[in-house]
Amino acid sequence: MPELDRIALTVNGVSLRVNPGTTVAAAVLISGSSARLSIGGEPRAPLCGMGICYECRVSINGVPHQKSCQILCAWGMEVETP
Amino acid sequence: MKARFDVLVIGAGPAGIAAAVRAAEKGASVGLVDDNPAPGGQIWRRGAPQNSSARQWLSRLEASGAQLLQGWRVFDLPRRGALLAEGSAFAAESKVCAELEYGKLILATGARERFLPFPGWTLPNVMGAGGLDALVRGGLPIAGKRVLVAGTGPLLFAVAAELAARGAVVAGICEQAPVRQLAGFALHLLRQPAKLIQAAHFRFASRAVPIFTECWPVAAHGSGKLESVTVHRKGRQWSIPCDYLACGFHLVPNIELLMLIGCRIDNEFVATDDLQQTSIANVYCAGEPTGIGGVERALLEGQIAGLAAVGSFDEARALNRKRPAMRRFARALDRACTLNLQLRGLAQDDTLICRCEDVPLASLREYGSWREAKLLTRCGMGPCQGRICGAAAAFLLGWTPDSVRPPVVPVRMESLGSQNNENGKETL
Repeated sequence: MPELDRIALTVNGVSLRVNPGTTVAAAVLISGSSARLSIGGEPRAPLCGMGICYECRVSINGVPHQKSCQILCAWGMEVETP
Repeated sequence: MKARFDVLVIGAGPAGIAAAVRAAEKGASVGLVDDNPAPGGQIWRRGAPQNSSARQWLSRLEASGAQLLQGWRVFDLPRRGALLAEGSAFAAESKVCAELEYGKLILATGARERFLPFPGWTLPNVMGAGGLDALVRGGLPIAGKRVLVAGTGPLLFAVAAELAARGAVVAGICEQAPVRQLAGFALHLLRQPAKLIQAAHFRFASRAVPIFTECWPVAAHGSGKLESVTVHRKGRQWSIPCDYLACGFHLVPNIELLMLIGCRIDNEFVATDDLQQTSIANVYCAGEPTGIGGVERALLEGQIAGLAAVGSFDEARALNRKRPAMRRFARALDRACTLNLQLRGLAQDDTLICRCEDVPLASLREYGSWREAKLLTRCGMGPCQGRICGAAAAFLLGWTPDSVRPPVVPVRMESLGSQNNENGKETL
């Protein structure tokens, strides 16, 4: 796919480009980040991939607790993880 | 926002799609609500090559006139004949709460994977088998990555085949069941049109993927993320280096919404009559919540429910003749996936059972019931509301989750507020 057709977003301030149809959860993993910190402070990442477990929660455009596995990447999205 | 449909279908997997299509093609106004970005459910998720059945149903859905509400989650039943749903903050119509009124309601909420906790299962890159498959179809690159697939059920083979086709190095498939337990199911598959295992075996043979039966993961290791998995087989243990562990122990039905509505549940599954009608008037259920039986059964039940909901009873009953084969398949699947009770020893005292609230097994052992443990340890009180740890606690401790209360999924404060407004209650 031509690079210009790929969607540009940032994860923790770092730019990346992904193919259309990529979930935010996949983009977070591509960036090398995990999703949230557990109550005990451990990094957590997606488990179920289908919106059940809530382990993939991230902040998107400043909105916290978004289930990243059920949201598609969009142009200019700013994704933050702890 | 308010909308009214003759038939409202919850869940856009095969059962929900079939129900919506059959009802809409009869001229009913149909709404199809689903919390994912696109219809198809887990099995027909976008990003994978679709088989002809999926293509056919998805294009029929598009032509049917059913209104799709993708990115919406149902969270409450304010009164009979209406549901409340919240739109994803990043879906087209953002930040809305909708009251969806219905004449007939069809619940096709599907199933989720059963996860059994073991040391290290909370490490990043330890995922469900369907979970990793979903991530990969959602754009996670897997080519060249080493993946260990483990747990139980035919999903393991389907996922391994899919990942291998995308260039993953499948380090092995660990199936907890013994060969004799799987044999009966394999025979059923050969009688079915979907020759899944045959196809899988062909591919695995050509790639030399080791398949271990009576084998399961006992620990996942890594600093910050997964690096290796220790597996156990007949008293022997060894370590397998891998980038991902795709591990699921078959499926459990998503019945929380049905419980909230008050539908009768028999042995963890929703009870229905031969027209998919539940114990509650005007409420139907189709697919995995009535019994784990795969896509063919889901399509059949969805069609019956959709036809019954619009009063086409003869057409619905005509489909009943296909049921016995589906029932045999579901029973064979159930037997094949029976869990070895040795798996109860996987979780150690310090293994977290509730991932949301970080509750270890030792804390739960002090209590006698799910309810007591919930109240005193917060197990099952986090955002997933016990959907992950509940099934684990059921297997490990014999507990059954007792009640479901609204909201059945976490929602924004505004959504709870809108509910109060519409009920005419005072709001702060």
